Amino acid sequence: MNTTTDPFQERSEAAVKDKKLRANFLSAMNGLMEKRDLAFDDKTQLEALRILGAQVRQNSLVKLPELLVELETKLIQKGVQVHWAQTPTEAVDIIQSITLKEKATKIIKGKSMVSEEIHLNDKMEQIGVECLESDLGEYIVQLAKETPSHIVMPAIHKNTAEIADLLHEKTGIERKEDALYMTEQARLQLRQNFMEADIGLSGVNFAVAETGTLCLVENEGNGRLTTTVPKTHIAIMGIEKVVEKLEDTAPLLSLLTRSATGQPITTYFNMISGPRKEDELDGPESVHLVLLDHGRTQMYQDDELLDTLRCIRCAACMNHCPVYTRIGGHAYGFTYPGPIGKILMPHLEGLDETQSLPTASSLCGACAEVCPVKIPIPDLLVRLREEANHPNAQSSNVKGAGVKRRGMEPVIWSMWRWWHQGGTRYRLMTTTLSRLRFLQPGTLSPWTNTRTLPKLAKKTFHQQMNARAKK
Amino acid sequence: MSARDAILNALQQASAIRISNGDTIPERPSFKVMHRDYQGHRPLSQQLESMISKVKGEVIRTSQGKLDETVQAVLREKNIKRLLLSPESPYIQSFDAFLDETRLYDEAIENWKSELFNDIEASITSTLGGIAETGTLVLWPSVSEPRLMSLVPPIHIAILYESQIQPTFWHFLRHQKWSEGMPTNALLISGPSKTADIEQTLAYGVHGPKELVVVLVEEESEE
Ligand code: SF4
Repeated sequence: MNTTTDPFQERSEAAVKDKKLRANFLSAMNGLMEKRDLAFDDKTQLEALRILGAQVRQNSLVKLPELLVELETKLIQKGVQVHWAQTPTEAVDIIQSITLKEKATKIIKGKSMVSEEIHLNDKMEQIGVECLESDLGEYIVQLAKETPSHIVMPAIHKNTAEIADLLHEKTGIERKEDALYMTEQARLQLRQNFMEADIGLSGVNFAVAETGTLCLVENEGNGRLTTTVPKTHIAIMGIEKVVEKLEDTAPLLSLLTRSATGQPITTYFNMISGPRKEDELDGPESVHLVLLDHGRTQMYQDDELLDTLRCIRCAACMNHCPVYTRIGGHAYGFTYPGPIGKILMPHLEGLDETQSLPTASSLCGACAEVCPVKIPIPDLLVRLREEANHPNAQSSNVKGAGVKRRGMEPVIWSMWRWWHQGGTRYRLMTTTLSRLRFLQPGTLSPWTNTRTLPKLAKKTFHQQMNARAKK
Repeated sequence: MSARDAILNALQQASAIRISNGDTIPERPSFKVMHRDYQGHRPLSQQLESMISKVKGEVIRTSQGKLDETVQAVLREKNIKRLLLSPESPYIQSFDAFLDETRLYDEAIENWKSELFNDIEASITSTLGGIAETGTLVLWPSVSEPRLMSLVPPIHIAILYESQIQPTFWHFLRHQKWSEGMPTNALLISGPSKTADIEQTLAYGVHGPKELVVVLVEEESEE
């Protein structure tokens, strides 16, 4: 038996007791749910759009190997340098070597969850290269030396007062609980950095194979500055982000922004198809794309778990998740929190490292109901729970399968099955249990920490029914 | 084996197994849900105006004949002195008289970065068209209208022709056959730059323009 306390359990217990944190998340998630609902006023159209979104993603996944090759070919034609990485370490190596070649000392970053996934900032710091986040939420999180607690709104766990304290303390601006003032100050602080940075690093929302186009969705303009001002632009994405045709981006964009923040569209949709041409007057002189696997091919090999790769990272599943709302993003302890994190992280880090995640769900189904690309998240959670107890870990597609399988558990379950398979033995067993009810323990922790344990009945259900029939 | 080959091999093997198990390559899905019924450009421009106003985009309607006058009025009203124009802008002549200094974007950004970031107050760009349903401007930056024109100056003034508005982004892609040749950078812009990263409070003008003014040139025939 595993006797050490589960870090997830500890973190989530602490989070549940943190009143301020819970209040911050509750109000934020309520707001986001309402905005999404208003943005999809026509539910019939929403359903049709979700079906199209799911099909577009699914079709692109079916053709994934061909589309990746097509994307690469198109990008190379346009002068973009394409790199492939199987692991976070390889991805970091690629970015470090570009940095060294360019003699760069400062990287300005647009929002990129994949860069969080590979812990890029820390790794670059180790070789003396500064990575500065320019998305306001990421900037706040970086100043606080934290990680994002939400994949769309990284600083959602902090309220205005906390951010005012932080900015005052770390950047020396006046302490004012005024979002407009703080935003303006951040603008001033970051402008200089956009001008000075040698490299701009960004994520990618969709990559179009047909045209070799990298699409970025954002509101602030920091993504555009990041990908336009510095001499070099490095984009990093998971290999699943490819779509086949340019027109595929239209329904996905519409689903993404409305599901994420309830906006009909974000302020900017930036479509990049290559570095600056010779006669052009701005734009990066070189563009690199890093394609990262990190467990994605593993998902791809499994017919059911493959669905995870449809995700467009809108965060609607976490906004609607009763568990996420109560414990917040940090309690999960991994880059991607919430429902999507629970089905994604086991592949990225292995089930042995993440075994608590698939169990951190009530399987209420809210996530699947709102997912714009119809990922059956609860089904996948059940599947991963099974995988954790997998009897034959070798034949599984999931790294770390079978981690939860313990000696006694299968024995107990096969007894349970045997006992329920015969009428007489079942009745004999229940009668014995009701006679021995005085032996029943008073508590069953941790279940009874917050609940009263029901007592076994004096008479079994069968006995009671028989007695009634005789009346 | 290189990372590239390892990744592609793993994917191809999985694909091959699926196909041998009877999976077929699906056909392209139907985009019927993207279709829209619409008549004339006036309703589209009205929808665009109402959508973009919700995110603090200003729309000023004018006609081709009064375009110069309207743009000048915007500059005067906003008290703009340092304006950035494309060297091929048709407005160069008409502004000479009253602007202290009009800057033309005629050399590589490296040579005048700090001026662009610190001194320029506004820019005027053309647009390729607009999208009604989301209140969006479509821009294809080019040699004469580079990417940063619509991004760095605090005020962005964009000229939009009513006849160039489409109901959705998808219509734009379809009608203009974008897939046949993309520029190095294409942009959809829907309002001034904004953020809601501080406790979901909406704040405009975080990194890009603080104001977006759309000068909408109406179709003569529809008046
Ligand atoms: S799983 Fe679905 S709802 Fe969750 S982030 Fe991905 S696309 Fe959005």
